[in-house]
Amino acid sequence: MKVAMRVNGEHRADEVESRLLLVQYLRDVLGLKATNIGCDTTSCGACTVLLDGESVKSCTVLAVQADGSAVVTAEGLRGDGDQMHPMQQAFNDHHGLQCGFCTPGMVMAAIGLVKESSDLDEEAVRHGLEGNLCRCTGYQNIVAAVLDAARRPGVTETS
Amino acid sequence: MSLLGERVKRTEDRKFLTTGGTYVDDLPHEGALWVTYLRSTVAHARISSIDVSDARNALGVVDVITGDDIDLAPLPPDFGLYNDKMVRPWLPPTGGKVRYVGEPVVAILSETRAQAVDASELIVVDYDPLPAVVGVENAAKDESLLFEEAGTNLAFEMKGDSPPGDPTLFEGCDVVVRQRTVNQRVAPAPLETRACAVRWEGDHLTVWASTQAPHGVRDAYAKHFELEPEQIRVISPDVGGGFGAKISPYVEELLLPWLARRSGKPVRWAETRTESMLNLGHGRGQVQEVELGGTRDGKLLAYRLTVDQDCGAYCKVGGLMVFSTRMMATGVYDIPKAHYACRSWVTNTTPTVAYRGAGRPEAAAAIERAVDLFAAEAGLDPAEVRRLNFIAAFGEPHTTTMGTVYDTGDYPAALSLALDKADYAGLRAEQKRRRETNDSVALGIGLSVYVEVTGGAGAGEWAGVSVDDSGKVTVRTGTSPHGQGHNTAWAQIASSKLGVAMSDITVEHGDTDIIPMGGGTMGSRSLQHGGAAVAKVCDMLLEKAAGGPLQGLSADASVSASGPTFPFGAHVAIVEVDTETGMVKLRQLVAVDDAGKILNPTLADGQVHGGVAQGVAQALLEEFSYDADGNPLTSTLADYAFVTAAELPSVDRFMMETPTPNNELGAKGIGESGTIGSTPAVQNAVVDALAHLGVRHIDMPTTPEKVWREIQKARS
Repeated sequence: MKVAMRVNGEHRADEVESRLLLVQYLRDVLGLKATNIGCDTTSCGACTVLLDGESVKSCTVLAVQADGSAVVTAEGLRGDGDQMHPMQQAFNDHHGLQCGFCTPGMVMAAIGLVKESSDLDEEAVRHGLEGNLCRCTGYQNIVAAVLDAARRPGVTETS
Repeated sequence: MSLLGERVKRTEDRKFLTTGGTYVDDLPHEGALWVTYLRSTVAHARISSIDVSDARNALGVVDVITGDDIDLAPLPPDFGLYNDKMVRPWLPPTGGKVRYVGEPVVAILSETRAQAVDASELIVVDYDPLPAVVGVENAAKDESLLFEEAGTNLAFEMKGDSPPGDPTLFEGCDVVVRQRTVNQRVAPAPLETRACAVRWEGDHLTVWASTQAPHGVRDAYAKHFELEPEQIRVISPDVGGGFGAKISPYVEELLLPWLARRSGKPVRWAETRTESMLNLGHGRGQVQEVELGGTRDGKLLAYRLTVDQDCGAYCKVGGLMVFSTRMMATGVYDIPKAHYACRSWVTNTTPTVAYRGAGRPEAAAAIERAVDLFAAEAGLDPAEVRRLNFIAAFGEPHTTTMGTVYDTGDYPAALSLALDKADYAGLRAEQKRRRETNDSVALGIGLSVYVEVTGGAGAGEWAGVSVDDSGKVTVRTGTSPHGQGHNTAWAQIASSKLGVAMSDITVEHGDTDIIPMGGGTMGSRSLQHGGAAVAKVCDMLLEKAAGGPLQGLSADASVSASGPTFPFGAHVAIVEVDTETGMVKLRQLVAVDDAGKILNPTLADGQVHGGVAQGVAQALLEEFSYDADGNPLTSTLADYAFVTAAELPSVDRFMMETPTPNNELGAKGIGESGTIGSTPAVQNAVVDALAHLGVRHIDMPTTPEKVWREIQKARS
């Protein structure tokens, strides 16, 4: 089947198998490897991307369902000049990553969370990121990074 | 300016945050065929037939391999200490046995990954089921045997000085407590599941491996394929977590060079999460009998720990975790008499391996639970019993009753600081108040004072440092970071030693062609061995320069440390238990950890946070479980209670720094301490919350159902 979508601002069109998942499309067809696959039950969130501005687990969306949509992955995030996006920078500032495997998905989920809620506290961040698993950090510095980033200008900008 | 001890931000983060890391399965592996394994669906059975004819003809399938095709010698146990009759087939042949659900049975080679998955559905394997052996107590009956030729399920035994229940050890004790405790099986579950690719060029083999120890992987391939280490290059690019489970390679990875030879093409393999849950080695899995005796006023006199360890179906390193459990059995206490015995059993379950802490969390859980049982029986405050029995602060080596030589420690200070920070007196007052008002939410305060051993795995490490003509420095290391931040930490050391800016320093690791030798990253060894080696080699370089310029100079060496180190600490867990539902909420965790001199407090914090999360997870949530027939019940992340952000509080962490004389940096390991200290603190807190109802022990994980049942039992 034919799909066409904007991925990180670029127009993409491909012929794909109907069973192809969005995450497989991103990784295997477009070669965007930041988005990772960590499970097979929609539990881990390593594959989280923004689909039309909302965070989704891209293992639970067929590529064909994303037809006509705009997708943003970690590769598509930008800050001012050669700066990283404010959420990415906050993860670096707070040591919010170790092995890095959950990180791109975690960052996308965190941006989605900040977009949805204006006054986040620790409890809200912890519950808001419940669908994204990390085995290294104990989440503590991820939570600190998200709380800090939520106050940074430009954190909800993703295009 | 020296950066030693500074909170330097990680230099490796940008890549992970922007383009993502480069993990084995992210690489193109041009021209490689996909390998997919069809796996056993039964725990224990003899294979009567395997029909792969339809799969062979399926679209995109290049080859289908069964155990009948493989001409390699079967795999002996991973260590010579095990019963040598417990031999593993590469893939079980027709007439052979499968021994756990998930065991690979057929290998399918295909052009795309999906084609093999489709083809695997066309394979028919006939299994004649045998009675499954689940749990060490069933294994010990020796009724159903995994290896008939061995005549027993006993894989390894260390006979003790006295059998469990023998009262003579406890002569002179006013109070003796006994308890069977279960240190349950858990899944390490790094976020990146295993992936591996291999390519032959003539008789030279290149392996891309998701591993903690590239040189160990190289040596394993060399052994199985009768190659010289120089004929093999192992590359571990970015690795998405390991936690001990990615130290040594598994059969799915070891078979790849044989498959590549046969097909004449490079091959690649990557597992799904479910495959990983069933095959990446599990951790823990001990049933313990603890017995502790002492005087009525709290002086401990004798301790006996008897351990039955679950090896799973094949003898990997998990069955030998009993050694470090023995080494650390008496923990931070001066107990005049201590006996230890252990047996390791094979069962029809996933093989066990090292998992964050690797035998030491099991030791800490046993002794810390026993001390609380003793305090409750004697009617004493658990903090007071600990104070009465601590090994006094020491700066010279101390030999314990187990014969273990600790380097330095100050356990009384660690507990004092933790109790102070937690406001122990205030918490006990709140607990009393709640009990008096019959509050349905009970408050529990749990203590754990631990000591552990780090850097015991592979003493010494290789490092190389070179300076190019422009003054840029390259540091090479035999450690193999997979989240620990060595790129930052080793650059901190080199910068401080050489006076070169961190931005001019590059750290290289994880490629056996550019790193001649290395022990990898495990057992919290990296800083004390690998970091110390970098420091030493920088000194050699400075000596060479003799005050002149460093440009063009290089030095390398394998540097040995004088011995392992013994980090310690005290954790206080505060839990609220809803006595109507059994739900436990961890309200606060105060963690005092002393890992000697700290190189980078930010990185050390991260290690403690992650360790604590995994420790709390074992105490409250996680268990890899099987039904009586050996069917796994928790083989996905939907079924396995992997801890999330919502179940954890932020840890209140406090550092102490008691240096070790065993390496130049004065550093002890910090990678596993959090896991070792937190687990018994949380378990003790849950029991403490319910002590007034008559509850004296609850096994981990202290799930709502288990807690609720114990409350009902105590009340009836």
